[in-house]
Amino acid sequence: MSAVIEVTGLRKSFGRTRALDGLDLTVVPGEVQGFLGPNGAGKTTTIRVLLGLIRAGGGTARLFGEDPWSMATTLHRRLAYVPGDVTLWPNLSGGEVIDLLARLRGGLDEKRKAVLLEKFELDPAKKSRAYSKGNRQKVALIAALSSGAELLILDEPTAGLDPLMEAAFRECVVEERQAGRTVLLSSHILSEVEAVCDRVTIIRAGRTVDSGALADLRHLSRTSVRAELDHPPGGLDRLPGVHDLDVAGTRVSCQVDNSALDEVLVRLTRAGVRSLVSQPPTLEELFLRHYTDQP
Amino acid sequence: MTTLAAARQQPGGPGRGPARRGPSRLAGAGPLISLALRRDRLFLVLWGYVIVGGLASTTYSFRHLYITGAQRASLALSIRNNPSFLALSGPVYGHSLGSLIIWKAGLFCAVGAALLGIFAVVRHTRGDEEAGRLELLGATAVGRYAPMAASVAESFGACVLIGVAIAVVQVLFGLPAAGSLALGAVVALTGWMFAAVAAVCAQLTESARTARGMAIAVLGLAYLLRAVGDSAASLPWLSWVSPLGWVERIQPYAGPRWWLAGLCVGVSAALAGLAALLAGRRDLGEGWLPSRPGRAQGPAWLRGPLTLAWRLQRWGLLGWALGFAVCALVLGAAAKDIGSSLNSSPQTRDVIVRMGGHAGLVDAYLAIELALLGVVAAAYGVATAVRLRSEETEQRAEPLLAGPVGRIRWAVAEVVLAAGGIVLLMAVAGLATGLAYGLSTGDAGGQLGRLLVAALAQVPAAWVLTGLAVALFGLVPRLTIPAGWTLVGVAALLTLLGPSLRLSQWALDLTPFAHVPKLPGGDVTAVPLLWLTAVAVALTAAGLAAFRRRDLT
Repeated sequence: MSAVIEVTGLRKSFGRTRALDGLDLTVVPGEVQGFLGPNGAGKTTTIRVLLGLIRAGGGTARLFGEDPWSMATTLHRRLAYVPGDVTLWPNLSGGEVIDLLARLRGGLDEKRKAVLLEKFELDPAKKSRAYSKGNRQKVALIAALSSGAELLILDEPTAGLDPLMEAAFRECVVEERQAGRTVLLSSHILSEVEAVCDRVTIIRAGRTVDSGALADLRHLSRTSVRAELDHPPGGLDRLPGVHDLDVAGTRVSCQVDNSALDEVLVRLTRAGVRSLVSQPPTLEELFLRHYTDQP
Repeated sequence: MTTLAAARQQPGGPGRGPARRGPSRLAGAGPLISLALRRDRLFLVLWGYVIVGGLASTTYSFRHLYITGAQRASLALSIRNNPSFLALSGPVYGHSLGSLIIWKAGLFCAVGAALLGIFAVVRHTRGDEEAGRLELLGATAVGRYAPMAASVAESFGACVLIGVAIAVVQVLFGLPAAGSLALGAVVALTGWMFAAVAAVCAQLTESARTARGMAIAVLGLAYLLRAVGDSAASLPWLSWVSPLGWVERIQPYAGPRWWLAGLCVGVSAALAGLAALLAGRRDLGEGWLPSRPGRAQGPAWLRGPLTLAWRLQRWGLLGWALGFAVCALVLGAAAKDIGSSLNSSPQTRDVIVRMGGHAGLVDAYLAIELALLGVVAAAYGVATAVRLRSEETEQRAEPLLAGPVGRIRWAVAEVVLAAGGIVLLMAVAGLATGLAYGLSTGDAGGQLGRLLVAALAQVPAAWVLTGLAVALFGLVPRLTIPAGWTLVGVAALLTLLGPSLRLSQWALDLTPFAHVPKLPGGDVTAVPLLWLTAVAVALTAAGLAAFRRRDLT
């Protein structure tokens, strides 16, 4: 099946600032892909190129196999977008904005809209100037989720939502996936990506640093180990594959590459293990590693 | 036209396959036009009412004032012999009632339509783009040209409606149909041209404020060029450089020159096309003019509301001052030519003598110029004062007021900048006029001081309007911006058209500018100026006191 989004070697500069520097991203139909990166990594720039709002400076970007700049209008009938920072027309009501956006896209599912208004507890009769940031976000979310578009592009969509609404949002994304839709979810809220995404692409400084199924990425990564020992351990600091080692008397904590796990456990048992906690890496740790390490 | 054809081929509805041929760059313009109309309905109706109403009341009063052919001929003659009239309101063609009405109010209506076009187009293009709303729209099936095309269509349509209303009103007053239609076209086409100018400006800069300023500067330049061209006998070609000069020369009630209307349509279309060309070749949020990065650290002097206001508005104020300098230099330099165009018919000599000889004629011209600049300086003051309201509603006041900055201190900063800016602008106006006129007559030393005093005499009146805006901000915050600008509009209307509107003295006295001594030429009297200053201070104090007590929005 051909990819919904196919980005290779994408470049974009704003003056002297290089926003994208050879970014790759592939999203296949029916998947929910997380698009992760710290602030300024180039997530929004990539999305704007995909939406044909700005031009690629180099490399290729394909949306449904077409050029997003020249075919923008046609392609936009097939997708719905929620920006990270939603600004609305102050003297229009939320309901008006939802209907306007739907009309511009080509229609919306009224029943789904009603369900979503209920679910997100949004009063559509309020004027936009009276909405809080979270409520403006809900307006854009409801417009996108009730559109029935094949592809949803969501740029940090839960930034202003409270935890209850975040949960409602996650349910919605799961429903969208069950309905066979494709979702690109840009985020730095890692628990959100972990909860709903099949695959993730991690970017840093305009470049893709990792991409794959969540399970694969975990496999590539480190295990976090904490242990209390009988004696202070010897030689851990010289082992390759041990990171962030912290030895305080008989307490040890470190990050271990999976390839070095066996050797570390041998050393720990030699020092007498009283308690041991080992965790698979959370996405937080993945994420930290990808943007604190030098590339 | 290929784009329109493609629009019809587009399959509607989400989830359909893409059209094989190129997508429409105008798709979605229809709903965007309704959106623009929905947002602007109040603004368009009010603005249209002011334009049509201003013209209708002029027509009404002129019909009663100038009944016989002899009365009209004498008015036409005194206009032709008075360069300040020509500079302010343009030439008069023949001496029919219609032509005299156009001389009085035509340019006012045309400039009104131009401003409508500028405000509407920038608001829906660069304004929405800067605010981030176009990002939301741009991700839907909206073509790349659609937001610009929709805003241009909206203002073109609004201008046509205003033009039709003008034609209908004039015909109902019994004026010839062809001329009335041509007058409607004059107003509508001026709106078209400047809406198109604004569409181009909106492509050039990243900021809506700058785009609006640029378009208004083009309008100001057009007005200035034709003011000099119309009044100075030696430079008539300058009027042909200005779009406002073209529309004047359509001369509706003196055998309309429709080919000039055709020229205006062509220029509007060309500019709109240029704007589309520019819009299709740039990134969202980007402008064609380069933008510079800011400094990495705040300068040491940036340490309070007043310095912040200065930091935010210094370039804007500099732009205003530059505009004032250019206007005043040009108008001042043209003053010497006044009267040189006069022939020596007995009637003309009569007019000159009645106005106090040649010196009196020049003084009258300079007094009108400075009064006009005084109204514009008041517009600067009000624009600065109503920023209090936009800073409040756009949540930019919040972080300051949440810090150790009192409300009064915050608000006073803006007031100080407004009041000080007015003084600066009028000083620039007086010095530039004095310099240009003084150098042309070889008496720079004498004219400089005299005209500086005359210009500064306008300051207290401009302060009163600024004070009114502050009072509105404190007492009826929701109305600050619309009512503030309406007050400026009313003051401009009364200053420009007042004497001919057959209003009672009581109504004319409503504008603070009516109380300023006529300078240069008249007597310098301090009492009215002190009174005006006292009123301005009282209004400001009332506004600030109310602001301290009310809720923030």
